[in-house]
Amino acid sequence: MNELLELRNVSVSYGGRPALDSVNLSIAHGAQVAVVGPNGAGKSTLFKALVGLLPLRSGQILIHGRPAAEYSDPVAYVPQREEVDWRFPVTVADVVAMGRYGRRRWLKRLSDADRELVLKSLERLGIANLARRPIGELSGGQQQRVFLARALAQEPHVLLLDEPFTGVDIATRKATLELLSGLRARSVTVLVSTHDLDLAAGRFDEVVLLNGRLISAGPPREVFTHEHLQAAFGGQMVVVDGKAIVVDQCCGGHGPVGGVDSCRCDTCEPPDGGGGEIR
Amino acid sequence: MTWLTEPFALGFMQKALVASFIVGVVCAVIGCYIVLRSMAFLGDALAHAILPGVAIAYLVGANLLAGALIAGLVVAVGISFVTRAGTVREDTAIGIFFAAALALGVVLISTMRTYAVDLTHVLFGNVLGVTAGDLWISGGLALVVLASIVLLYKQLLVISFDPIMGQTLGLHTHALRTGLFLMLAATIVVSLKTVGVALVAAMLVTPPAAAYLLTHRLPVMMVVAALIGAVSAVAGLYASYYLDVASGGATVLVATAIFVLVFVFAPRRGVLWRLRR
Repeated sequence: MNELLELRNVSVSYGGRPALDSVNLSIAHGAQVAVVGPNGAGKSTLFKALVGLLPLRSGQILIHGRPAAEYSDPVAYVPQREEVDWRFPVTVADVVAMGRYGRRRWLKRLSDADRELVLKSLERLGIANLARRPIGELSGGQQQRVFLARALAQEPHVLLLDEPFTGVDIATRKATLELLSGLRARSVTVLVSTHDLDLAAGRFDEVVLLNGRLISAGPPREVFTHEHLQAAFGGQMVVVDGKAIVVDQCCGGHGPVGGVDSCRCDTCEPPDGGGGEIR
Repeated sequence: MTWLTEPFALGFMQKALVASFIVGVVCAVIGCYIVLRSMAFLGDALAHAILPGVAIAYLVGANLLAGALIAGLVVAVGISFVTRAGTVREDTAIGIFFAAALALGVVLISTMRTYAVDLTHVLFGNVLGVTAGDLWISGGLALVVLASIVLLYKQLLVISFDPIMGQTLGLHTHALRTGLFLMLAATIVVSLKTVGVALVAAMLVTPPAAAYLLTHRLPVMMVVAALIGAVSAVAGLYASYYLDVASGGATVLVATAIFVLVFVFAPRRGVLWRLRR
């Protein structure tokens, strides 16, 4: 297997608590991977560790066999939407242009090629008409598309999307899925965390199932078994007529307050919206 | 139109005009980051914290601005260092340094006998006392600050708007923040003679706050703020000449008046515009 990303025995703490314990994982070049698990399972922690926002307590992250920190090729990360200052005086085009800043380019002006790429990224996400609008005036879904466009403008080898389908409108969901299809053609490796198990099973090559540790990783058919789901979701799973039904909802009421994966209740889908039925 | 040019027949008024203009522009430009990053408290604290530096310079007969600059840099680095340890919140660290430095300044100044006039000048400015030497120091510092803001534009933009992205792009967030503190300290020193430490916070915050309501792009906000700052400073100087009032106070009042006008009448974001909808 042509491995792009490899985690060896990775443990990470978040806010003093262990959030991920001894994760071993290999991800192939160009694969599209869904990262699933209940709230607090360590999905966001995994992403933050991958981009170097959280230090590793132990273990190693390798990209193409070399430590991630040495690697200068871009890894683009789109965090959950609450994490930037929406009142900041920047336009949509300004934000997407930030995708062209980066190592060794800080002191140079953006070139025509950079501007071209910014425009193309805006068009790919269907927001070219919003380019001159201030970021704070957009709807939540439009704001998310701005950040996807910025990630695209980074021309990343690895793209990490943290819950891009939580609390967004249909148009944004569609634009995000189209973006994923487009990235497949360019063999960009994509990791997406989601609560939508149907989507994880249907649209992704591989699934990584977490609950503080790695429960299982591989093709959806191998990962989504009774045993694995029971280990990950426990009480959130019920078995009806021999079928396992997992109710993995964003705000199940069990999420740790202010915890690793806490999501805002006002952006949640209806209780069964994130559910998935597994044979 | 002679009333416009008349004040500047006098040499000290010419120096005052140049000094006021520099302060109006530099404070407003760096003030944009102060406003956007909610660092107003830090600006005010740093301003007061340079007091012991001024007092020591006065006691040993050194240049007051040089003393202020050293004190400002020491406090800026100190706050940055204590915050980095992560055990104390930033506003707490600022409060501690601010109060300690101010107390030290008061203790030092109380040992002098003829300090009353000088203290007033440090607190509220004495633009008519600006010397050619002061102008060189102010002009040099102002150039360094403005050049840094232009050169570091992208980095400061990213760490202010989206610090997480800044980190993933390998920016040294902490070093950049310390750099911003140092620029702020230098700006306050530049303003010492013109508006004084008690009022400099207004020059850092008010023009950018008005500019924020008039635009939604950072570079434009900086230019508009600089314009408002310069107009306020020069208008304040005229007011002080013709009405015989303190120029620092007059400058801040002009800036405040501009802010109120913008707050009420600004297109889209002004009070009147919102009422009309």
